[in-house]
Amino acid sequence: MKKIANAAALRQLQQELKANWDPKKPVVTICAGTGCRGYGCISVKEALEEEIKKQKLAVDVRATGCFGFCEKGPLVIIHPQNIFYQQVKVKDVADIVAKTVAGGEVIEKLLYRDPATGERIQREADVPFYKKQMRLIFGSNGMIDPTRIEDYLSLGGYSALAKVLTDMTPEQVIKEVKDAGLRGRGGGGFPTGVKWESCREAHGSPKYVIGNGDEGDPGAYMDRSLMEGNPHSVIEGMIVGAYAIGAEQGFIYVRNEYPLAVMHLTMAIERAREAGLLGKNILGTSFSFDISVNRGGGAFVCGESSALFASIEGKAGEARAKYIHAVEKGLWDNPTVLNNVESWANVPLIINKGAKWYGSIGTAKSKGTKIFSLVGKINNTGLVEVPMGMPLREIIYDMGGGIPKGRKFKAVQTGGPSGGCLPESLLDLPVDFDKLAEVGSMMGSGGMIVMDDRSCMVDVAKYFLAFLQDESCGKCVPCREGVRRMRGILEDICGGNGQEGDVELLETMSKAIIDGSLCALGGSAPNPVLSTIRYFRDEYDAHIKEKRCPAGVCKALITYSINAEKCTACGLCAKVCPTKAAHGEKKQPHVIDEATCTRCGACIESCKFEAINVQ
Amino acid sequence: MEIAQTEDRTKLNGIIARYHGDKSSLIAILQDIQQVYNYLPLEILKMLSQEMKLPLMRVYEVATFYNAFSLKPRGKHIAKLCVGTACHVRGAAGILDKLERTLGIKPGETSSDREFTLETVNCVGACALGPVLVMDGEYHGQVTMATVDKVIGTLKKGAHIS
Repeated sequence: MKKIANAAALRQLQQELKANWDPKKPVVTICAGTGCRGYGCISVKEALEEEIKKQKLAVDVRATGCFGFCEKGPLVIIHPQNIFYQQVKVKDVADIVAKTVAGGEVIEKLLYRDPATGERIQREADVPFYKKQMRLIFGSNGMIDPTRIEDYLSLGGYSALAKVLTDMTPEQVIKEVKDAGLRGRGGGGFPTGVKWESCREAHGSPKYVIGNGDEGDPGAYMDRSLMEGNPHSVIEGMIVGAYAIGAEQGFIYVRNEYPLAVMHLTMAIERAREAGLLGKNILGTSFSFDISVNRGGGAFVCGESSALFASIEGKAGEARAKYIHAVEKGLWDNPTVLNNVESWANVPLIINKGAKWYGSIGTAKSKGTKIFSLVGKINNTGLVEVPMGMPLREIIYDMGGGIPKGRKFKAVQTGGPSGGCLPESLLDLPVDFDKLAEVGSMMGSGGMIVMDDRSCMVDVAKYFLAFLQDESCGKCVPCREGVRRMRGILEDICGGNGQEGDVELLETMSKAIIDGSLCALGGSAPNPVLSTIRYFRDEYDAHIKEKRCPAGVCKALITYSINAEKCTACGLCAKVCPTKAAHGEKKQPHVIDEATCTRCGACIESCKFEAINVQ
Repeated sequence: MEIAQTEDRTKLNGIIARYHGDKSSLIAILQDIQQVYNYLPLEILKMLSQEMKLPLMRVYEVATFYNAFSLKPRGKHIAKLCVGTACHVRGAAGILDKLERTLGIKPGETSSDREFTLETVNCVGACALGPVLVMDGEYHGQVTMATVDKVIGTLKKGAHIS
C-alpha cells in the first residue's frame, strides 16, 4: 500500500475502498479463529475455493477473524443473503457451492437449530447466542480479513487516529477517554483516562505505551481472538494513546502460546507502517510513533505490569513493589502506560462516537461492553460481547444455552486464578467491575467457566492453587511458601486426610498471603479458596468430616461400581481398563474390583449404557 | 567437532544479528535458538553468553524462569496438553493420566527413544474446544481417551514405518 499523505487522503482512500465493497456482491466468509481452526476450517476454506473455481463462479472466499460461536465451528456465512451455516465439513462444500452460492437455495441441515423450539435459524443475528449481544469491539471480526489493512480501512478504520491528529489536542483526547469512563479490561478496572493523564504529566522521557496481550487467565481467550481477528483496532487504539501521552515507542506483549496472534499483529504493524499510519510523521503530521511485538515466554506472572516490564527488558519476570507507579517509572524506569489489548480496542470507538454515547452503555461505574469467554460445562461455548451490567443468568442461559445433558448448574468461575466461584443464588447479579468484587470475585480478563454438579469445588480450589504455585515468581515468601502450603492442605482434604480446623487454617493463611505479597498474583491468590469456602462450605465439610466427595471427582473418596441392570456385558470397560479391575464373564454383568481400580475414568468414557456408578 | 562448533556459532550470530545484539531481546533470541535445536543446549548458551557479553548466570536465569524453554533435549513429537480451567472442568486430569500411561512418561519428560515429549500448558486459549491436546502444533479438541490412543497410535505407526 502507498503511503497515505494526510487525513484527507485517508478519508478518500476509505471511501474508495468502501465503494469497492459492493454489499450485493456474493462473498463467502469463513471463521478462521483458533476454535474453528481446531475443527478443520482451513481445509473447508480450501475446499470452498477449489469448488468455486471448478464451478467458474465469481465469488470471493474470505477467511476472517473469530465469529465467537466456537461451539458450532467451522462457521460459514454466505453473503449477500446472510445465510449462516454451522459445523460445516469438507463433504458439505460441494452442496454449499452448487445450491447456496450458485442457486441461493438454503440447505436446512446446515442451519443452526434452536434446541428450545426445534426451529432452524437462517441469519446469524437471529441465533439466540448472538441475539442479546452488543458487538461493538468484536463485530468487525467476522467481516474482515485480518491480514488486509484495506478491509479495516473500508470499515472506517483509522478514522479515530485521523480525528485526534487533526482536530484534538492530547489533553482533549485524555478528557474524552476519561469522560467515557473506560476502565481497564485486563482485570483491575482502573480508569484508563486517569492512567493516561498521570503518565502525560509524569516527568521523564521517552514515554512508552504497551498493549498487554499476555492473556494468561486460564479459560479466557477473547484477547487472542481480538489480536488474531482485528489487530488494527488494537494498533489504532495504541497510536491514539501514544499521541495523548506523548510516547514515540510502543510494544505489544503477546503470549508465546499465541503464534497466530503474533503473526497477524506483526503483519498489521508492517502494513500500517507502509501506509504511513505508524513510523515517522504519521499522516503527514509531526507526530511519530512505532510499535514492536514482544513474544512472552510462557509465564503467567508476566501479565502483571512490573513483571511484564522486566520481561520486555529481557529479564526474568519478577514483580516489584507497587508504591512505584508504572505511569511514572515503568519500562526502563520511564513513564509507561500499560493497557490490555481489549482496552486499546475500545479507544477508537470512543473517539469516533464520543464519550457521551459510550457512557450511555453499561452501568453507573462500568461503561461500555465486555467480551466474555463462555466455557466449561455449557452448551454454547464461545465468545460473547455484552453491555456491562448484564445479569449472569442471561449470559449463561440465554446466550450460553444452559448446562449440557440436563445437569444442574453449580458455579461460575470468573476472574481467572485471582477470581472466585459464584453459586446459583448469585445468578441474577449484574456483571460489572464493582458488583463482581462485592461478592468476592472479580472481572478479570473476562473468563467465565461454568461448572455443573459433577465439578468438585474443593478440587477446583486445589487446581487454582496448583496453578498459582507453579506460576508464582517466587520473590515474596508468603506467596511462594504460603500457596504451596495451602495447596498441601487441599491435597490432604481431597485425599481423605482433611482435619477439623483445616478450613479455618486456610482462611488465616489466605489473609497472610494477601497482606504479604507485592503483586496482584499473590494478593489475590487465595481468592479461589476463599470464595469456594464462602459459597460451598458444605463441600469442604463433606470432604473433611464425612470423607465424601459429593461431585464424585476426588479419587481417594470415591468408588466405581457397575449397575448390573444397565450393563449389557459388552466388555468394552474390561477392554479399556488399564489395571484389569473391570472384568466379567461373557454375557454376565461386569464388575469392578475396588482394590485394583485407579478411578481413571476409562470405563466411564467407554460405556455406552451409563452403567458405571461413581459414589 | 570444530566444524560443528563453527556452524553453531554462525547460526547463533545470525540469530543475535536479527535483534541487533540487543540485550533486552534475550527472550526472543532464546526462543529462536530453541526453534533451531528444539531445546536450549548448554554449549550454545555458553556461546551466547560470550557473544552477547552477558553473564551466563543471566542467560540461565531467564532460560529457567520461563516455561517455554527446555534445557533438556525434547522428543521428535511434542504432546502439549492444556490444563487450563475450562479443560480441567471437562476432564483434562483424566486425559493427562491417559497420556502418561500411553507414553510411559510424566509431564516434562521425554521418552527414552526420543520420540515423544509430554508437556502441560496452563491454557492454550482454545477453551471452547476443551479438553485440548496440541500435538506437534496441531489442535485436537474435545479430546477423549480414545482420541489419545488414535493420535499417539498414528504417530507411533509412522515412526515404525520410517
